[in-house]
Amino acid sequence: MIEARDLTKRYGDKLAVDHLSFTVEPGRVTGFLGPNGAGKSTTMRLILALDHPLAGIATIGGRRYVDLAQPLRIVGALLEARAMHPGRSAYDHLLFLAQSQGLPRSRVDQVLALVGLTEAAHKRTGGYSLGMSQRVGIAAALLGDPQVLILDEPVNGLDPEGILWIRNLMKQLASEGRTVFVSSHLMNEMAVTADHLIVIGRGRLIADCSTQEFIERSSEKFVLVRSPQAARLADLVAAAGGKAEADEAGGSQAGALRVTGLDAPHVGEIAAADRIVLHELTPRLASLEEAYMELTADSLEYGVPGSGPAAGPGSPAGPGSPAGTGSAAGAGSAASGPSAQPAPSSPASASPPQRTE
Amino acid sequence: MTSASPPVQAARPGISDIPPPSRGAAFGRLLLAEWTKIRSVRSTIWSLILLVVLTLGFTGLFTWLTILQWNKTDPAQRAQIMADPVSTILGSGLEFGQLTICVLGVLVMTSEYSTGMIRASLLAVPRRIPMLVAKAIVFALLVLVVGEIVSFPSFFIGAAVLHSHAPVSLSDPGVARAVFGAGLYLAVLGLFALAIGGIIRHTAGAITGVIAFVLVLAPLAQLIPGKIGKYVHAYLPTVAGQLIGQAHQQAKQVLSPWEGFGVFCLWTIVLLVIAGYLLKTRDA
Repeated sequence: MIEARDLTKRYGDKLAVDHLSFTVEPGRVTGFLGPNGAGKSTTMRLILALDHPLAGIATIGGRRYVDLAQPLRIVGALLEARAMHPGRSAYDHLLFLAQSQGLPRSRVDQVLALVGLTEAAHKRTGGYSLGMSQRVGIAAALLGDPQVLILDEPVNGLDPEGILWIRNLMKQLASEGRTVFVSSHLMNEMAVTADHLIVIGRGRLIADCSTQEFIERSSEKFVLVRSPQAARLADLVAAAGGKAEADEAGGSQAGALRVTGLDAPHVGEIAAADRIVLHELTPRLASLEEAYMELTADSLEYGVPGSGPAAGPGSPAGPGSPAGTGSAAGAGSAASGPSAQPAPSSPASASPPQRTE
Repeated sequence: MTSASPPVQAARPGISDIPPPSRGAAFGRLLLAEWTKIRSVRSTIWSLILLVVLTLGFTGLFTWLTILQWNKTDPAQRAQIMADPVSTILGSGLEFGQLTICVLGVLVMTSEYSTGMIRASLLAVPRRIPMLVAKAIVFALLVLVVGEIVSFPSFFIGAAVLHSHAPVSLSDPGVARAVFGAGLYLAVLGLFALAIGGIIRHTAGAITGVIAFVLVLAPLAQLIPGKIGKYVHAYLPTVAGQLIGQAHQQAKQVLSPWEGFGVFCLWTIVLLVIAGYLLKTRDA
């Protein structure tokens, strides 16, 4: 179990981690999510005692990292940045780590086999691909057979096969009752890996809940309706307590409405009662990526300014429209103006992005 | 990727069958780990080879040139060489050879930072100071051994070349101590460079700093007039440290060989303490 209590870290005049508290429970994969620069790596470095916090404390199984006698037997860590000498072989890198923890050489061979690096083990790591270096890092993390794993962006540089491998490994480790704490800035990656999410932005906690709950709470639900009598339908929907707006995502296709507040059958019944012709009636969920974007949009460290009329945020096929990243992404108002829509409920009631363009 | 991903579902061996090591041996394990680190990079091997080659080569060359020019050398200088041939021998080759130890000592520390290794090192030893101490001990012992391996042959080469004009034997008073002391000096110089590497953390800056101490400050201090200049010069780390390489204290010298070496050690200890303090308090 990892516990962070009131962790605070300042770099110069910038607060990288701002009174952050959370608990990472064993037996499940906990995703640590946030945009680049949100403070994920810094938080992990604070937990691992590489950086000194300005305030607060981080413990692993109730003890600070510096108080662990053979830390690699308790905590395995993979940091985002390279942590090895390019002139040293993977074998020697793992060997010195093993020796420092009183582990035998045979353990080095075991973890090398585990990550599939046995053949390349005696080559200098400077010649390794990013994916191979990442595997050395994972081998180092698993060296002491630790109960707690802290992995910073572990899928970086891995090919699809490697990504799948890491995912399965993390799930397996968690199923054995270990604590797996893994950071990523990609929501979709976390959605398929993590059981629980801790989301931060600008060093502050935004959400701490199960992945399922996060999806349900954050996803924007609406019904897409297309009709030649759209204006009339919109009035009827409003009369029934729903809300209808022109769906700009449809572009030139006239008569597309986004209906919120009413479900699809209800909209269909209203239309049928008034003999309104429908060309389309589709219940939609905003993509998870958009939900995450929205949640963290106001805490983005490096926003993309001035997104133009981008691909409609409601289009389910377009996860995380890149042009909308910095400003009004996901609020369903990228093109229809800031007045458009009520924000879907978000866990920490983060205010929807309201930057004017 | 050179090999296919291994199947995750295959039995992943744990370490439950490996007993936890005894706490008493903790520091021994760190020494072993640091030894693995230092021997597994090429810069160590190349620097030490260069130390041997440069020192032996230049000792032979300079003592030979001394003999060639013997008749043109002024009598005072000749008398000085004859009074303490061992200092002439050790001062010739090691003056160049020592630079390799300056560079290696810095690299042992700064390469941890430049490569990101320091994170792996500190994850394994989060208390940090034991890592620095283990590293310093392993490196100092390594340089001491190689330093003795280079100082004795270089003495014998130099003594053989000088034999006709300034005979010297290992059994002469102070000579054995001076030759052994040259190795000691290199070991402490290595620590001196390591400490500066730990303080500055950047390779180029740290090497510049060490070279400044070793080669630049001494001539500069000699420009300071009067007694102050004499004392400042005498207490400079490598000026003081190199006194161990002469058979006996000369009349105009402020410090004796062992006193000089002590001053050098003191400098090094102070720098190591500063390096340790910074290692402990700075973010890695």
